Amino acid sequence: MSTAALRKREKPSKLPLRTRFKRDWRMLLLMVPGLLFLLLFFYVPILGNVIAFQDYQPFLGIGNSDWVGWQNFIDLFDNPDFWTALRNTLVLAVWQLVLFFPVPLGLALIVDSLMSSKLRRWFQSVVYLPHFLSWVLVIALFQQMLGGAGLVNNLLRQWGLDVVPFMTNPDTFPLLSTIQLVWKDAGWAMIIFLAALAQIDTSLYEAAAADGAGRWRRMWHVTLPGLRAVIILLLILRIGDILSVGFEQFLLQRDAVGPGAAEVLDTFTYFSGVVGGGWSSGAAAGLAKGVVGAILIYIANKVAHRFGESGIFQSAPKIAKNNSRKARRLAKENAR
Amino acid sequence: MSTLTEITKMTAKRRARSEGLTYNSKRPAWKEKPSIGYQLLKSVIIGLISLSILVPLLLVVSTSLADDKQLISSGGYVLWPERPTFQAYQTIFSSAFMIRALGVSTFVTVIGTALALFVTITMAYATSRPVLFSRPALLLVLFTLLFAPGLIPMFLMIKQLGLLNTIWSLILPGIFVAFNFVVMRSFFMGLPQELIESAKVDGASDFTILWRIVLPLSKAVIAVVGLFYAVGFWNAFFNALLYINDKTLYPVQLVLRNFVVQGGSLADQLGVSTAPPPQSMQMAVVVVALVPILLIYPFIQKHFNKGVITGAIKG
Repeated sequence: MSTAALRKREKPSKLPLRTRFKRDWRMLLLMVPGLLFLLLFFYVPILGNVIAFQDYQPFLGIGNSDWVGWQNFIDLFDNPDFWTALRNTLVLAVWQLVLFFPVPLGLALIVDSLMSSKLRRWFQSVVYLPHFLSWVLVIALFQQMLGGAGLVNNLLRQWGLDVVPFMTNPDTFPLLSTIQLVWKDAGWAMIIFLAALAQIDTSLYEAAAADGAGRWRRMWHVTLPGLRAVIILLLILRIGDILSVGFEQFLLQRDAVGPGAAEVLDTFTYFSGVVGGGWSSGAAAGLAKGVVGAILIYIANKVAHRFGESGIFQSAPKIAKNNSRKARRLAKENAR
Repeated sequence: MSTLTEITKMTAKRRARSEGLTYNSKRPAWKEKPSIGYQLLKSVIIGLISLSILVPLLLVVSTSLADDKQLISSGGYVLWPERPTFQAYQTIFSSAFMIRALGVSTFVTVIGTALALFVTITMAYATSRPVLFSRPALLLVLFTLLFAPGLIPMFLMIKQLGLLNTIWSLILPGIFVAFNFVVMRSFFMGLPQELIESAKVDGASDFTILWRIVLPLSKAVIAVVGLFYAVGFWNAFFNALLYINDKTLYPVQLVLRNFVVQGGSLADQLGVSTAPPPQSMQMAVVVVALVPILLIYPFIQKHFNKGVITGAIKG
């Protein structure tokens, strides 16, 4: 949030506070609902994390429960279930990185190469669609297709073959869950690559073609370098987000597959805290995950800054700046 | 007003161009026509992907409409109902439980989206202008992107507020999403600032400017963000699982989970005798959860790229 233009525009005026308040009180009023929300559903709950350092008893409340220092964390790290959850989370994250990440890129390259804009638009709206279905719905659909009583196994039975337990096999669960993720979100994740592809200067392709570069050469020397910034940025972000592999997806399938394979950090927090009543240990698990996650994202953002031209938080003002500059010019021309 | 309309039009055109939405359908001279092999490979990939998305949806809708005879002869799944019947729907809608679940989901979606748009628009507009405290407010929002308060403290907060087992526990936690805020704010910042300034000079108050100038120019982004919120509320399942015990407050997604994903007996819960085969009733519940999204999707789909490109990188 710190481009020069923004700073210039939002530079605090030299007017005294009282005058500015008189001028801006309506805008301040507009901030109230949002700030109230942040206070109630973000900042106060963050403070509620102190129960991770307490032996929290619901009937005593935060004020009267005993303080136990780091004990909850020590217990947590002694709990083998926690390590199972952590291991599953990391395994699933690696699967997602290897199998999910390249798909949107490939899809974007294919869509970008389509000449018929009608076909392109149709295909885009089809692949975006699953993103808007809930995880419950997606799992229900997968069950109807691949479940024990689902379509595929029905066909297998009719043909006299053995039934394959696609949905309940813990060994293949990472693959299954990654396929579910690809089905649901790969099309949606493609948008960002499409945008990056549209930004590549076509004269580069022209020049490359004039120099005799074929289709694959152009892809290698023009397209991929053009996408480099986005790819690196998204990759770094994904790595920063490695402790969050998704929640509902695993919660919904934990019964069918078993906690040995489908327990991730988030579901561990839910089951040990809300279901098991271990409020403090659940909060400790959540806090540990949140803090490590925040640090990872922060580092990832820093690294992204170093690699790409813009980090995560910088794009908005940049785009806005260009737009408003163009808009100003347009408005001027229009006025003439 | 005509100047305003023209600027709007030009803004729209400029945006479309800068976001690469208008492709040139003519093949550039330097680009060779793909060989038959490539074209074939590409059509196969595109075909398979589309089928993998469309066939399950079609199958679910068809099976929910199929009659028992066809279901039995086909072994449970039907790709095209020969004698479509709405029996399954009549059965699930004859149960007060299902009607209530639909009512809850609809209420949560409509009221939630309205509240969410109000909070997001006001906050995004206030922080998009260089006014008093707009930067600290912005930082307060952006910090939420970095850290999440965690499940247990959220639960305790909802409990403290006395929202457990009320419909508001499904609405209030979701009325402000930082991603949507970022999309909205970038759009507001992209509006021609002279428009706002000149209105100010003419004596319009900030409220008037927002209502009469900014909002009319922002219909597209409001539609997209509204869709994101609506989909979020309609799909919200985990909040319901966490905060709702009362069966009369179950939203559709929770019904779907309990009776389709977990395979609970639908007929018992709905309090109806199973006239249609359970398979088609399950499918009918799936369709009920699916249809609202399929209905609004086509209208807003064309605006997606814009919203996501401004927002995605920061999400």
